[in-house]
Amino acid sequence: MQNVAIADQPDHLHDPQTFVTKYIYSQDHKVIAIQYALTAVFVGLVALVLSGLMRLQLGFPDTFDFINPSDYLQFVTMHGMIMVIYLLTALLLGGFGNYMIPLMIGARDMVFPFMNMLSFWFYLLSVLVLLASFFVPGGPTGAGWTLYPPQAILAGTPGHDWGIILMLASLVIFIIAFTMGGLNYVTTVLQARTHGMTLMRMPLTIWGIFTATVLGLLAFPALLVSAIMMMLDKTLGTSFFMPALVSLGENLDYSGGSPVLFQHLFWFFGHPEVYIVALPAFGMVSDVLATHARKNIFGYRMMVWAIVGIGGLSFFVWAHHMYVSGMDPAFGFFFATTTLIIAIPTAIKVYNWILTLYRGNIHLTVPMLFAIGFIFTFTHGGLTGLFLGNVTIDLPLSDTYFVVAHFHMVMGVSPIMVLFAAIYHWYPLITGRMFNERLGKLHFWLTFLGTYAIYLPMHYLGFLGVPRRYFAMGTTDFIPESAPSLNASITISALIVGLSQLIFLYNVFWSIRHGKPAGHNPWGATSLEWQTPDVPPRHGNWGPELPRVYRWAYDYAVPGAEHDFIPQNHPVSEAEQTAGEHEEHNS
Amino acid sequence: MTIQTDKSSSYAEPGIDGMVSDWSADKQNFDLPWGKLMMWIFLLSDTFIFSVFLTGYMNVRLSQTDNWPNASEVFALEIGGVHLPLILIAIMTFVLITSSGTMAMAVNCAYNRDRRKTVLLMALTALLGASFVSMQVFEWSKLISEGVRPWGNPFGAAQFGSAFFMITGFHGLHVTAGVIYLIVIARRVSRGYYEDKGYAIVEITGLYWHFVDLVWVFIFAFFYLW
Repeated sequence: MQNVAIADQPDHLHDPQTFVTKYIYSQDHKVIAIQYALTAVFVGLVALVLSGLMRLQLGFPDTFDFINPSDYLQFVTMHGMIMVIYLLTALLLGGFGNYMIPLMIGARDMVFPFMNMLSFWFYLLSVLVLLASFFVPGGPTGAGWTLYPPQAILAGTPGHDWGIILMLASLVIFIIAFTMGGLNYVTTVLQARTHGMTLMRMPLTIWGIFTATVLGLLAFPALLVSAIMMMLDKTLGTSFFMPALVSLGENLDYSGGSPVLFQHLFWFFGHPEVYIVALPAFGMVSDVLATHARKNIFGYRMMVWAIVGIGGLSFFVWAHHMYVSGMDPAFGFFFATTTLIIAIPTAIKVYNWILTLYRGNIHLTVPMLFAIGFIFTFTHGGLTGLFLGNVTIDLPLSDTYFVVAHFHMVMGVSPIMVLFAAIYHWYPLITGRMFNERLGKLHFWLTFLGTYAIYLPMHYLGFLGVPRRYFAMGTTDFIPESAPSLNASITISALIVGLSQLIFLYNVFWSIRHGKPAGHNPWGATSLEWQTPDVPPRHGNWGPELPRVYRWAYDYAVPGAEHDFIPQNHPVSEAEQTAGEHEEHNS
Repeated sequence: MTIQTDKSSSYAEPGIDGMVSDWSADKQNFDLPWGKLMMWIFLLSDTFIFSVFLTGYMNVRLSQTDNWPNASEVFALEIGGVHLPLILIAIMTFVLITSSGTMAMAVNCAYNRDRRKTVLLMALTALLGASFVSMQVFEWSKLISEGVRPWGNPFGAAQFGSAFFMITGFHGLHVTAGVIYLIVIARRVSRGYYEDKGYAIVEITGLYWHFVDLVWVFIFAFFYLW
């Protein structure tokens, strides 16, 4: 190792002292991670409130005067965009990626801390630009989170004037922020691992975050370019995505553009984006399951290859979002095939999680409950994906509540379950205190059961043919009268789940001061982040000397070992070497 | 903990064996300074940006019903009464490729610790880059004076102007950024800022510069020659 970052030089040289350098203009990956996380959770709460408003309208139509149809469309759009990009992507990669990468691979910081700090400031700016669209004339865009042209920029769509411009600008800024952070994560994982930390000894959390970041660096360019092109269509009157149109009896100036081109570009980004969110979640849930089941993760190598395989395949499935777009039907065959192939590595992962639990010493702690909850929600969401991946089944289900239920189960609720698992799991490390277990369990059961109360009925509504994104159903022949009462029940469940997140917030903030001191490594975990000299880790993470790694991250319940776990930085004993069985894992 | 100053290998053993043992056994996967690897990854990402730009351009061009203007006529100049198709673009391409050559020489001088020559060659590269941008400004203003706009032009399909201004504009921004980057780094080299740190940064700057040139070759082929 001959390249040395500032962060690798002796501690006292750069330890920040004042409040501002320590907590605001900080270049410490842990502080940046918390800044990312707090900002993401804040916008996430905004999006949660929006979903509550949407549900109020759907459950009790004609009751709330303050929600009119354009408001409703704006809520749908902003809820989707915020949740997918500004909450999930930012919290998983900017938050957990930043916090976990240097600690889990034994580095002192990211390789370029200054750029890492800039990444957060750009992210904050993108959030501010996005939120500003609530306060401009016409309000935020109501084009749907996919922003399909031509409607996204034409009169008649709410926010077609200012809202869409701010949305596109905010996305461009977000992509710049992500690129600065993402380059850091990838380079840090590749070049700054500590002695003995080979790629095949990295915890799966790092594999998930690493692969997701690579996906992001290759997929976000498509969104960047389509945002630029749509911005030009809107502001300069070019026609990249705009065909010749008649609007309100008038010929518009556009001609010759291709709306389907936008859909291709958007989903070339949009499908990898699903895995940008899912892969870090896959990784983190693997580590939580192994730690709390006191058992090594089943099939570590296959788990790694499954992550990499899913990441690679995710670039070849995008047009399964476009079966009804009017593209050449022959494409549907190709994309249905690739889509179903992705089910193979995904199923490998699910089986391996279950086999990790099999005959494990399962501790039903709060993080474990959320992790097991994830296996349920993810399996259910994944199975409905098999329906939608097939062209013939997708056609009638397209744009119904079945689709809403599917993607909320698989990429809404599932990553959120993992995020809760991860927050509860790493809370003792980040704050140095334990959260309140009772409140945590209450939060879990309300969230988990509430999720099913919300989304299971939605599958049924979808089969009935209830279309999504409609302000109100009205009276139609094919929708039975029972559907509105089902909608009311969904709304009540959604409001309960939404409010129960207050328990989580209360627990997190109350426990910072009043929680029991967590001490060192309360879960008995093996990975490096729990082996720091200080809890929470100080600037520079490791004190005077970097740790040395001798084994993989999953030595739980090793026969003959003193404890039921052996940390990664614990040298291999002679007894172990002669036993030979573990040699396989460690080589 | 010494700091890498030149291209000597930092792997435990040289060659493929060293790479294999490092990949499977220890800290770093690539025998590169951190900044250089990061630049490579950034360029990979940037490649995707330009690929999407060019793919989008090809898509709108192929789905066009209007006549696509003949690029070699649109970009022709009358010099001394002689009609020369694409002459300006040819000169611009020549200038940019030449600047890649001077950049490569600058990298070589930097690793040989010849600061004076490095600074001179980098300045020359920046100058060639700046002249490329000024020729682009000339080209843009000529087309604008002939009535070409992003939303329409007198020669045919409106998307001709849209794609032209968007793609050459985005590339021009890259060249401009590269010129600024070159000037900043050259200034630091002349002040001896890298005497201790090593001169990998000149090569990193060079990577970016060669990338911008390479992208231009594709733009030249797909936009001007097609």
